[in-house]
Amino acid sequence: MLDQIRDLYQEVVFDHNRNPRNFRVMEDANRTVEGFNPLCGDRITLYVKIDDAGVIRDVSFQGSGCAISTASASLMTEIVRNMHESEAHALFETFHRIATGKDDAVNLEELGKLAVLAGVRAYPARVKCATLAWHSLEAALENQETTVTTE
Amino acid sequence: MNTAPAAVPAFDVARIRKDFPILGQQVHGKPLVYLDNAATAQKPKAVLDCIAKVYTEDYANVHRGVHTLSQRATELFEGAREKVQRHLNARHSHEIVFTRGTTEAINLVAQSYGRPRFKAGDEILITAMEHHSNIVPWQMLCEQTGAVLKVVPIDRTGTLELDRFEALLSNRTRLLAVAHMSNALGTINPVETLIEQAHRRGVPVLVDGAQAIPHMAVDVQALDCDFYAFSGHKLYGPAGIGILYGKEELLNKMPPYQGGGDMIRRVTFEKTEYNTLPYKFEAGTPSIVDAIALGAAIDYVNGIGMETIAGHEQRLLAYATEQALRIPGLELFGQAAEKGAILSFTLHRIHPHDIGTILDHLGIAIRAGHHCAMPVMDFFGIPATARASFGLYNTFEEVDALIAGIHKVIEVFG
Repeated sequence: MLDQIRDLYQEVVFDHNRNPRNFRVMEDANRTVEGFNPLCGDRITLYVKIDDAGVIRDVSFQGSGCAISTASASLMTEIVRNMHESEAHALFETFHRIATGKDDAVNLEELGKLAVLAGVRAYPARVKCATLAWHSLEAALENQETTVTTE
Repeated sequence: MNTAPAAVPAFDVARIRKDFPILGQQVHGKPLVYLDNAATAQKPKAVLDCIAKVYTEDYANVHRGVHTLSQRATELFEGAREKVQRHLNARHSHEIVFTRGTTEAINLVAQSYGRPRFKAGDEILITAMEHHSNIVPWQMLCEQTGAVLKVVPIDRTGTLELDRFEALLSNRTRLLAVAHMSNALGTINPVETLIEQAHRRGVPVLVDGAQAIPHMAVDVQALDCDFYAFSGHKLYGPAGIGILYGKEELLNKMPPYQGGGDMIRRVTFEKTEYNTLPYKFEAGTPSIVDAIALGAAIDYVNGIGMETIAGHEQRLLAYATEQALRIPGLELFGQAAEKGAILSFTLHRIHPHDIGTILDHLGIAIRAGHHCAMPVMDFFGIPATARASFGLYNTFEEVDALIAGIHKVIEVFG
């Protein structure tokens, strides 16, 4: 009956929503960014520890959001750890292109574990839920200590 | 002596639904259940036909031409103003100003009534349940004039704290701006009492009627409010047209809000003489057909009867509330004794956005979010709620579909 919706809410999404990974305050973070979606009021605080070589050593988050935004943030924290900031940036570009439906020829393999979130393409109203954590990470990598919004 | 309540007039919802062509469709293979009426209401065929007819047969600019079409359009446009006047029971039709909506009406009062008058230290009183459109224009005015915004708190049921209201009414209060009905909680405020108390201290009152207008009969003379604002699109009329009612003596004292054509009597480069009410506040070509179609919407609801509509919606609300409270993990926000047909709720550990997406897949349209009332969300310590809001065409079967849908959401999220 709700087969279609399973493309959006895959089991992995439910799992990360129920048990978000790296859902903690990081006392020794060297970058902290507040992410905010003014359309729905979702907020996350993203903590990043990045070393001098530009490698993301640790990343964690706090906040409240829907299943898509929580799962996206949780997945992101797992995926980008130990990535160079340029790799993380490139992955976000790919994800953003696919999530916003700008790329018809979708190669989900490019996305690796993030492929579970590719279903948001069919839900324009929910794309920003999936990209909130990533926008926050981008701001952290650019060392903007401000609140970022999806708008 | 017969004390039995007046018989409830027959209300044939199946017949009424046939007046709304959009309701007949399917969404995701399910019959559309439209429960987002507090955001905007669907349009009856009478309104759609009116728009097509005016553009097809009677359209021209108003108040200008000597030609036949212009005269016809002007008569229809001014006829719509009189329909609004009668609907609100205003004393004069020139107390009815066409605006783009409630938001513009409130901004008009803030800038035209408030800005020239208010001084540093003056107080503007609003309530904790206001929509952003009845907060932000006053904050802007405070920045411009140095006036201070004061907020009457609400309690956990979403009811206004009347003793706090009395305490906050001071010698410095220059205006009270209050929602007739809350869009996030459904609370209907005791505006008559508030107005009476404010007037006792010489404080004028603006009532934001955006939510109340589709659900109840409004009599601005009985309320004795100084301003009443509402939008056409929530009253089954077109979007882009709204109303500001203002008492003649106040409107006369207020300067124009915008400059342009139609709001002037005589223009030279040295001096401009402003037009009379209501044209002083209607610069530029108005949304002519939308105004006329708002008149058609008013005819439509009056054909059914506001009391009849209110009765039907109250029965739907009572049924929906009773059913919803039986759902484990469902929390209802807004349980004031006087309430309009809005059900604002959360589910334990399921975000309103996810509720909205899954219900949409079942063909059920609700709103999920902060409802442009972020301070209300902050008060309850929640980021958002899911909101089902009912209109005259909703049915008990649709309430059942909503309740079954909520159970499905819980099942999916396990």
